[in-house]
Amino acid sequence: MTSIRDRRVVVTGLGATTPVGGTVPETWEAILAGRSGARTMDFDWVSKYELPVTFAALIATQPIDVLAKVETRRLDPSSQYALIAAREAWADAGAPEIDPERLGAAIGSGIGGVWTLLDQWDVLKEKGPRRVYPLAVPMLMPNGPAAAVSLDLGARAGAHTTVSACASGAESMGYAIDMIRTGRADVVVAGGTEAAVHPLPIAGFAAMQALSTRNDDPAAASRPYDTGRDGFVLGEGAAVFVLESEEHAKARGARIYAELASVGMSADAHHITAPEPNGSGASRAMLYAVERADLAPTDILHINAHATSTPVGDVAEYNAIKRAFGEHTDNMSVTATKSMTGHLLGAAGALEAVITVLSVYHRTVPATINLDEQDPEIPLNVVKGEHQKLPDGDIAALNNSFGFGGHNVALAVRSY
Amino acid sequence: MAQSEQEILDGLAEIVNEETGIDTASVEMDKSFTEDLDIDSLSMMTIVVNAEEKFGVRIPDSEVKNLKTVRDAVTFISGAQA
Repeated sequence: MTSIRDRRVVVTGLGATTPVGGTVPETWEAILAGRSGARTMDFDWVSKYELPVTFAALIATQPIDVLAKVETRRLDPSSQYALIAAREAWADAGAPEIDPERLGAAIGSGIGGVWTLLDQWDVLKEKGPRRVYPLAVPMLMPNGPAAAVSLDLGARAGAHTTVSACASGAESMGYAIDMIRTGRADVVVAGGTEAAVHPLPIAGFAAMQALSTRNDDPAAASRPYDTGRDGFVLGEGAAVFVLESEEHAKARGARIYAELASVGMSADAHHITAPEPNGSGASRAMLYAVERADLAPTDILHINAHATSTPVGDVAEYNAIKRAFGEHTDNMSVTATKSMTGHLLGAAGALEAVITVLSVYHRTVPATINLDEQDPEIPLNVVKGEHQKLPDGDIAALNNSFGFGGHNVALAVRSY
Repeated sequence: MAQSEQEILDGLAEIVNEETGIDTASVEMDKSFTEDLDIDSLSMMTIVVNAEEKFGVRIPDSEVKNLKTVRDAVTFISGAQA
């Protein structure tokens, strides 16, 4: 019997710029140490607009410290973050020599170039149309990050942008898997990016009561599964993979972190923002991913959950996990790394996929922080306090991402 | 107030550097914006608009295509300031 895994997709490079570190090693070290990236914002616009939320998980390393000055001028921050992460991932993969027509790019974003869009709207109102920056449109378009990465690495097999709110980053990984499986590319640079710590998204998320308002203690604000959770913490950054066909990676002797074995996707068709309470849509995404990775549900030992720290969302995800895995739910170690990184929206799925891959590669699941009193409605086996070791041998893990609009994406990672 | 051609050249070089990253010393009078400095039309429009603000002149869109070299731009700005 043939399987869609006949052409396997493996992870050979990782890159990230996040609220807890400017690189993957820095980010992983901070997450194992349980450090929060949330902090009070000192921007003048916070008090100017009297924002109800005065903190966020801001990027740890400023792009101007990494990129050329002209790159920071001509690229929206969302593209800058993607470029930083893509260059790190590419170098991490050994900067392989490859036919450009066999190299693709797939970078998702939830919101796109919101800073450019609104800054340039201000320029138009205050100074007139002639002063609007000629690069405004390519900077604000949501495919800008994918285009920037494609241009930088010379990726000519295709440059693609998945847009599915907070599932965008995970969906781009799924898109990249499909590009490799269907033979359109041998190597794809894939991930997600978001630069939306801007007064408008903050005001919008706050208006819908989605954000934590724990202004007096930002580091304790993102607390998935805790009874005191009151919303998510807005984060920013990017995470990017080098994904490669197993055949191509082996032929060049590449270091392989893990197999990105499958993606499972579904849509709730239930409500524009609320998750389906019984979790049927999300559970289908998880089970599709398990099946397409040639696994049984009992093979999954670990889930890096979407778990944003909202009162409703964390329960809905638990219901979905329970629905998919039944009694096996208790056997899986679950972690919610947004407790440290905040919620990177369109980059979240890619960042948490990086963490899942490293958890499988190092056989170490990082602990969830701020979990003082676990919600009795969410009786998951959550890793807390100390990180937890995963067993030797063949292991598999899932990473969940869900987005406004009812988008459900689960990625399956198998040890290699 | 009119500036000397050298002052205009120096100011223009700063604008070019800011927008494109090209070293200010490379922005010489006889260099062509497109052929020598590899400046594309989008960057050229930004340079023009920034130059208008910096030098207090108006450079009509119809004039931009005539500004082939750095000297063309310096001469136009100098004339417009007079």
